[in-house]
Amino acid sequence: MAKQRAEPFLWLLFSAGGVVAALLVPALLLLFGVLFPLGWITPPDHDHLRAVAAFPLTRLVLFGLCVLALFHWAHRFRYTLYEGLQLKHLHRVIAVLCYGGAIAGSAAAAYLLTAGL
Amino acid sequence: MADTYPDVTADTGTDLDTGTITMRVTRYRPEDGELEPTTQDYQIPLRKDWAVLDGLNHIKDHIDATLSYRWSCRMGICGSCGMLVNGEPKLTCEAFLTDYAPGPVRVEPLANFPVIRDLVVEIGSFMRKLPQVKPWIIDEAPPPAGEHRQTPAQVAEYQQYSMCINCMLCYSACPIVGLDEHFLGPAAIALAQRYNLDSRDQGVLDRLEVLSTDEGIWGCTFVGECTTACPKHVDPAGAIQRYKLSAATESLKAFVLPKSRRARATNGPAPAKEGDTP
Ligand code: SF4
Ligand code: FES
Repeated sequence: MAKQRAEPFLWLLFSAGGVVAALLVPALLLLFGVLFPLGWITPPDHDHLRAVAAFPLTRLVLFGLCVLALFHWAHRFRYTLYEGLQLKHLHRVIAVLCYGGAIAGSAAAAYLLTAGL
Repeated sequence: MADTYPDVTADTGTDLDTGTITMRVTRYRPEDGELEPTTQDYQIPLRKDWAVLDGLNHIKDHIDATLSYRWSCRMGICGSCGMLVNGEPKLTCEAFLTDYAPGPVRVEPLANFPVIRDLVVEIGSFMRKLPQVKPWIIDEAPPPAGEHRQTPAQVAEYQQYSMCINCMLCYSACPIVGLDEHFLGPAAIALAQRYNLDSRDQGVLDRLEVLSTDEGIWGCTFVGECTTACPKHVDPAGAIQRYKLSAATESLKAFVLPKSRRARATNGPAPAKEGDTP
C-alpha cells in the first residue's frame, strides 16, 4: 500500500476551497447577480466599492477565495480526468496540469489584486 | 367500528387478484459451459406483502428449481440477499414487488463482484479487505476487572458505524470499487471508523497506516453512492470524509511537529497486542 504524502494536503486545500467557495460565492452572486441588478438593494456607488476593494483585508479574503477555489477545482478536475475519462495512466501530466493551473491562476489573482496597490 | 378494520385477506397478500408481475432474472451457469450471462423471464403472482426475495423463492419452489441466489433471514439482518433490482443495489428481502409494478422487475447479481452462478457472487475480495483495517479493539492496557463502561455519548460516537451488516450493497454501488480492485471500499473504512471512534480503542495510528493510502481513504472521491445504497444508514461516505479530515490533520501535525509525531510512533502500539489475531 502506497502511503500518501501529498494527498492529505491537497485534499485539505480541496476541502477548504469547497467550504470557502460554498460560503462566499453564493453571497457574492446573490448580491452582484440578483439583488443589485434588480434594485432590491441599492448598490454602493463605484467609489465606495473601489474603497472596499482597496482595503487590504478585502484583497486578502478575495485572494484566499481565488487560491482555494482554484485548488478545489484542480483536485476535482484531476479525479474527473483520472476516473471519468479513465486517464489514470497519465497521472503525472494531469497532476502537473491541474495543480500547475491552480498555481498559475493564483499568481494571476495575486497580480490582479496587488496591481494598483 | 368493525367495518373500518383493514381487509385482512388483501393485506396478507392471499388475494391473488392483484395480478402478476414479470421478474427478469439474470442467469449464468458457467459449469454448463455458458460463457455469458443471459436473462430469463418468470411470471409470478404480484402480492402486496411480497418482496423481490419472495418472488425468487416462488420461482425456486414452483417454477424453476435451478435458480441460485443467497438469502437467510428475510428481515434485513443477515446481509446475504443483496442484488441489483432494476439496476440498484438492494436487499431483496426489503424491496417490495409492488414498488416495481407493473414490471418487469430486473434482478441481477451485485455489480463489482465476479459471479459464481446466477445471482450468487464471489465475495472473497470483500472478506480479505475487512481484516486489513484491524476491526477489533486495540488497547495495550490490561482489560478492566469488570465491564469496560461507556457513557451513552461515547456509544453514540460510533454506534451508527457499528450497524453495518456486511451486505456489500455499498461495494456494488461504488464506482471506485469497480475501477480499482484494491480500494478498501466503503464498509471497511466505515468499520475502521467504528473502532477509531470507540473510547475503549487506542488503534487510531495503527489503522492510519492502512487507511491513509491510495487504496484507503484517498482513493475515495466522494461520489456518495455508498451512503445512498446502504440499507442500515451507516453513511460510509460520511465516515470516509470524517476520516479524511482526521488523517489530513494528523499529516499536518506530522509535518509541523515531526518530533512529537515520531515520539508518538515509538511509544505507540507494542508488537504483541491483544486481539492481533482476528
Ligand atoms: S456499510 Fe451499509 S451498504 Fe455497506 S456493507 Fe455495511 S450495511 Fe451494507
Ligand atoms: S435475507 Fe437477510 S438481509 Fe435479506
